[in-house]
Amino acid sequence: MVAQTIAQGEVQSQSQEQSQEQSQEQGQRLAARSTQTVREAIRDAMAEEMRRDEKVFLMGEEVANYQGAYKVSLGLLEEFGEKRVRDTPISEAGFCGIGVGAALAGLRPIVEFMTFNFAMQAIDHIVNSAAKTHYMSGGALKCPIVFRGPNSVAARVAAQHSQCYASWFAHCPGLKVIAPYSAQDAKALLKAAIRDDNPVVFLEHELLYGQEFSLAENSSEEGDEEGGEGDGELLPIGKAAIAKTGNDATIVAFSRMVGLALQAAEQLEKQGISCEVIDLRTLRPLDSNSLVKSLRKTNRMLVVEEGWGFAAIASEVSAQMNEKAFDWLDAPVMRLSAQDVPLPYAANLEANALPNIEKICSSVKTLCNKK
Amino acid sequence: MPTKISSEDKNIAKVSPQLAVSLFTQMLEVRRFEERAGQIYGLGEIGGFCHLYVGQEAVVVGVKSAMQKQDSMITGYREHGHMLVCGIDPKKIMAELTGRASGTSKGKGGSMHMFAPEKEFYGGHGIVGAQVPIGTGVALKHKYENTNGVCVTFFGDGAANQGQVYEAFNIAALWKLPVLYIIENNRYGMGTSVQRAAAGTTQDGHRLWARGRAYGIGGKEVDGMDVIAVREAVVEALQHCRKKGPFIIEMETYRYRGHSMSDPAKYRTKEEVQGMREKHDAIEKMRAKLLKQNWASEKQLKAIELSVREKMKAAADFALAQPLPDQEQLFTDVYANELSHTSAANQTTNSLAS
Repeated sequence: MVAQTIAQGEVQSQSQEQSQEQSQEQGQRLAARSTQTVREAIRDAMAEEMRRDEKVFLMGEEVANYQGAYKVSLGLLEEFGEKRVRDTPISEAGFCGIGVGAALAGLRPIVEFMTFNFAMQAIDHIVNSAAKTHYMSGGALKCPIVFRGPNSVAARVAAQHSQCYASWFAHCPGLKVIAPYSAQDAKALLKAAIRDDNPVVFLEHELLYGQEFSLAENSSEEGDEEGGEGDGELLPIGKAAIAKTGNDATIVAFSRMVGLALQAAEQLEKQGISCEVIDLRTLRPLDSNSLVKSLRKTNRMLVVEEGWGFAAIASEVSAQMNEKAFDWLDAPVMRLSAQDVPLPYAANLEANALPNIEKICSSVKTLCNKK
Repeated sequence: MPTKISSEDKNIAKVSPQLAVSLFTQMLEVRRFEERAGQIYGLGEIGGFCHLYVGQEAVVVGVKSAMQKQDSMITGYREHGHMLVCGIDPKKIMAELTGRASGTSKGKGGSMHMFAPEKEFYGGHGIVGAQVPIGTGVALKHKYENTNGVCVTFFGDGAANQGQVYEAFNIAALWKLPVLYIIENNRYGMGTSVQRAAAGTTQDGHRLWARGRAYGIGGKEVDGMDVIAVREAVVEALQHCRKKGPFIIEMETYRYRGHSMSDPAKYRTKEEVQGMREKHDAIEKMRAKLLKQNWASEKQLKAIELSVREKMKAAADFALAQPLPDQEQLFTDVYANELSHTSAANQTTNSLAS
């Protein structure tokens, strides 16, 4: 449980200062604050949906007494009790299958994986039991369940605790896959995921949990204006966002890579290259309309992904742009992914294995034929 | 096998003549359905895997007769009989086996993937052992919503070696979930005998159900070739589950046919199969009892036999006359609340093709 140890260290100061009594006042304090962390956004999304619907409950390792290995479920046990915030033993296949069974029978479970690396113990239930049963039953059964937890790399936890599973889950019809970047998107999309009648894989990022996002301004505009349903506090699943507008090249990213892409775009702007940054937000269904729209404007596209490049989300984006927007391409769609190696432990090797701002900048320059 | 002296004589007194005849009829229905399915498979009208329940009828019929309306049922891929006893029209089951539009899953599930939530039947699962946590999750729903229901979760001796079974046992015991695990021990997991697959079971008296002891879950073995013994044991076990949580019953049973239609079953002797059919067949034993007790006449039993045969023939005739699913059905039911699903890649392929 390396991740747990790391997580403990990371959030220790915060968890100590936020005692259980204080957590009740948190809503009021937040209202006065102008920013929110992703961790708080996810917690609030769950709490609000649990207040709204008795059938929604949270289960997973350390979600109750411990308040979440990453303190995402802080205060939930106190508010909702043991029936609805359920600690499980370390048995991913078992508790994931139990969650699926409860969903098939009509409840709306949120299954937390301490990290998605451990979800590999349970991937059979996500793919074979959750994703396929609606189809195999000819629509007789629904599986309204959310599988959530941190995905992809953390910091120095090495290969077995540092993998992006986005393309694994996005591969499967029957699943919806969400990987938000900002706190607002995380909250609005998680609420939408909990209300969705389909199994949703909700990929969070450990390195984003503590990141503050502004609550006041809406940092991103909708990529595709059509189909904007929801009641104001929800975001439609399957819609990308334009995180920054630009004209010379489109940088496509999701989750933590959106932040790097935005910083790279800022640097490139100073060098005379105007980048549009698209935050995919949902990976399945993929909002290819928004991608095509951006490509028609910029004619060049770089896809940045924290996971491996082979058979990846970037591969899919590239293939779809090739099929749908070939005539607007001034250069082949370019991919920047993690190096094709298990993630090493040594700090310098780890850094080199992953996309960073410098690599994004240099890729965009190559894409735009600028040195 | 069965190792114990059958207690039929004692048990028969506990059921009414009507119930006894009904149990007999249901077992016969399952058998005739399966025989008919086997025939249709031979004609090439059923594809893929087809796992017949012939020989094990007393288990599911006895279990179902002990269940209450609010109780749920779930099992693996050998589930035609489970669907039948849950009250699903054999025509719709046969239509599913033959991949027809009017099948229970609109022809998209097939033999191994049938569901009837309106009858509290949750499938029909193709991955060995996966139904055990899923059934435990259905039990969680019963507890969560105070339905007083139990989820009766079936699995075979083969599945009893899957790790997730014990993860589910552990959680069921921790959370005191109302789940009754039924191990259908038909002695072979595909072609591998229990003794060759399950450590400890070669020792005298060591049973698969005893593995639950590690989690504080009680259990027992029952003669699964005796429908009344099955019923009695399950009535008692369900009372336990409703009040106290999980329980395990290991049914000693036997399948007469191969693991699936493609299995010639060379891992066991003809004599072994013949011996079971002749000496322990649940249907024949029940027939003899009904006559002996004067609860049914030869003539009545003959009439039942004829009507069951006719019913299953009608199911087969119905299925074969049904149309295959429309091509549009390919893209429906991928997502709930979405009329038709078309992936981006398919859109391109389709547009190029048209």
